[in-house]
Amino acid sequence: MRHPLLRQSLTALRVLLIMTLVLGIGYTAAVLAVGQVLLPSQANGSLLTHDGEVVGSALIGQSFTDDDGEALEQWFQSRPSAVGYDAAGSGGSNLGPESDELVAAIDERRASIATREGVDPASIPADALTASASGLDPHISPAYAALQAPRIADARGLELSAVQALIDRLIEGRTLGYIGEPRVSVLALNIALAELQ
Amino acid sequence: MLFAAQLGTIALALAIIHRPLGHAMALAYTSRRHLRLERWLYRATGVDPDAEQSAGAYARSVIVFSLIGIVLVVAIQLAQPALPWSNGLAAPRLDLALNTAISFVTNTNWQSYSPELTLGYTAQALGLAVQNFLSAAVGLAVAVALFRALAPAARETLGSFWVDLTRGTLRILLPLSFAAAVVLLIGGVVQNLSAPLELTTLTGGTQSIPGGPVASQEAIKLIGTNGGGFFNANSSHPFENPSAATSLLQIVLFLAIPFSLPRTFGEIVGQPRQGRAIVGAMAIMATVSVVLMTAAELAAPGSAPAAAGAALEGKELRFGIPGSTLYASATTLTSTGSVNSMHSSYTAFGGGMAMLNMMLGEVAPGGVGSGMYGMLLLAIIAVFLAGLMIGRTPEYLGKQLGPREMGLASAAVIVSPALVLIGMALSLAVAGLRESVIGESLLSDGAHGFSELLYAFTSAANNNGSAFAGLTANTLWLNLALGVAMLIGRLAPIVLVLMLAGSLAARRALPETSGTLPTHTPLFTGLLIGTTLIISALTYAPALALGPLAEGL
Repeated sequence: MRHPLLRQSLTALRVLLIMTLVLGIGYTAAVLAVGQVLLPSQANGSLLTHDGEVVGSALIGQSFTDDDGEALEQWFQSRPSAVGYDAAGSGGSNLGPESDELVAAIDERRASIATREGVDPASIPADALTASASGLDPHISPAYAALQAPRIADARGLELSAVQALIDRLIEGRTLGYIGEPRVSVLALNIALAELQ
Repeated sequence: MLFAAQLGTIALALAIIHRPLGHAMALAYTSRRHLRLERWLYRATGVDPDAEQSAGAYARSVIVFSLIGIVLVVAIQLAQPALPWSNGLAAPRLDLALNTAISFVTNTNWQSYSPELTLGYTAQALGLAVQNFLSAAVGLAVAVALFRALAPAARETLGSFWVDLTRGTLRILLPLSFAAAVVLLIGGVVQNLSAPLELTTLTGGTQSIPGGPVASQEAIKLIGTNGGGFFNANSSHPFENPSAATSLLQIVLFLAIPFSLPRTFGEIVGQPRQGRAIVGAMAIMATVSVVLMTAAELAAPGSAPAAAGAALEGKELRFGIPGSTLYASATTLTSTGSVNSMHSSYTAFGGGMAMLNMMLGEVAPGGVGSGMYGMLLLAIIAVFLAGLMIGRTPEYLGKQLGPREMGLASAAVIVSPALVLIGMALSLAVAGLRESVIGESLLSDGAHGFSELLYAFTSAANNNGSAFAGLTANTLWLNLALGVAMLIGRLAPIVLVLMLAGSLAARRALPETSGTLPTHTPLFTGLLIGTTLIISALTYAPALALGPLAEGL
């Protein structure tokens, strides 16, 4: 106990253990209590239900594809994802601006979306062609949603104007008019579609 | 316009909070009263709160506290299989556990691992979140020790590390984090202990919705400029950063303390105008940097952005490009390193700006505490350079700077560049290491691959923690090399700063004369910016030429 370094080491260890109690347990538990008691919806993941079943989170994107990854024509499609919207993981492609692989992927997406939607390849917005940072981006641009509307109306036997009205209703604008980008949640759109029929 | 309005909002928020927060911090570190919780803590740990420490004792306490912290965080990770709420995750490999422990203790928060696949809730809350608080409190303590040394009166001691650590944690970081956590909860950040929820999607597929005590860890991750994500995608993950509004709040949260510390400094040395000269230099460099990065991303040069029509790869739609570049600039200008977009997919110049921001030495405004002591080192070098030009003995705040002080300040400033350049050289010049780096770690080849590695060493040595995340850093070589870079990049400057503080504290401030170089004027602010740019530009220009410049030109 005489040696100052040993004494400091013991002090350090005691401080660490007590701080672990106060910060690791006390603080975490206090925030947990606030979340679970006052804000349970947010604290548990802003879950969305359809027909009484939980079908996803309002914040986390989903893919609307078949087992082979082919787009299901009756649903709005999300942005490309580097993790396939598997929320057990998350992340982007991390490919650089000169990556041949990324350029090829973008060109291929442009061609396949143009075929799928029957539109001019030049009219496809950038968010439809690029993977997000999280791989879980729940949103698409209003332009990409509008571009998909005719195909969905066709597949579901709906009036085009009904699908467009749905998009207009669900577009989220910029917060306070200048923070963020106009966007629409794909899962919210598709739940609304399912509820139309 | 959108960009300017968002930047203006951040600037306005900081303009409003920096005085009261800076003042509150000055009070916390100069008050003679101990809170009841603090008295209890001092009794339980055997600390005499009124015993002040010399520079040597203060430095030894920092080192011992950091090293034992690393051991504890390694132990918690290795014990993971026995801990509750671990979701069945195994213990990480020892080299990864060590890298992670060093990373969080040094306030770097570099992540070689994918959190949701590696660490359970208990290991994150007890190991990582606790170090998020403590590493930030260590940074604050060292900065405040240097402030005291620069106050006019001569003194033999720098204060008590244990008291500074405790007060920084309990009086500043804890209340701010609790408030921030509640706001983030309202914004949609999750806070639960549930295992991932397996559900059936609308189309009949399955999806796993993650859980965890995220809001509590998120708040201190930002306030403490730590930056380590609860999830792999960090603040681009919707459960960490649900909306453009929470994203803007996050930027304000991690800029808050770094931009308020110059006020604290000004009050402790008894001249608030000295703090204003420094905050001016920080703000000018930060503003120029974010404008340049945003311009690069909006112009979208490069093959992939041209193919897609915009630089949206690796960016979330809800934030948009201005919301992404503001975050990317702020996180690399502070030593936060959390990301809301993937820097690796930025345009060559945008990604290069992120690197350059870190290469400035994390001083504009830098990490909690570390940015401020880094800036004061540069201020000392700036007065020295000015002194050479006009032929006067250099002094800062009336404290004469001799060969010993200049040696310590210069040594502290070159630690990080030396670590980056040595780490790069070893990784690329030693055959066995090069094979590991090229074969296992790099995602890209050519200039972008070089950038991935350069970004990693720059991030580690400057304790930032962000990455060109295509890099697979979880290899034996990079876990160890980046671990060493983080540890030395943190502790060596701290020891040198405290030694410098010790010798400055012993000197009484000389009265100002007509020959004194004023250090509160716009001229000095300019000199400080020039010094910062010259030091980093000269050091890193060749490396930047091989990475982002080669890619972009």
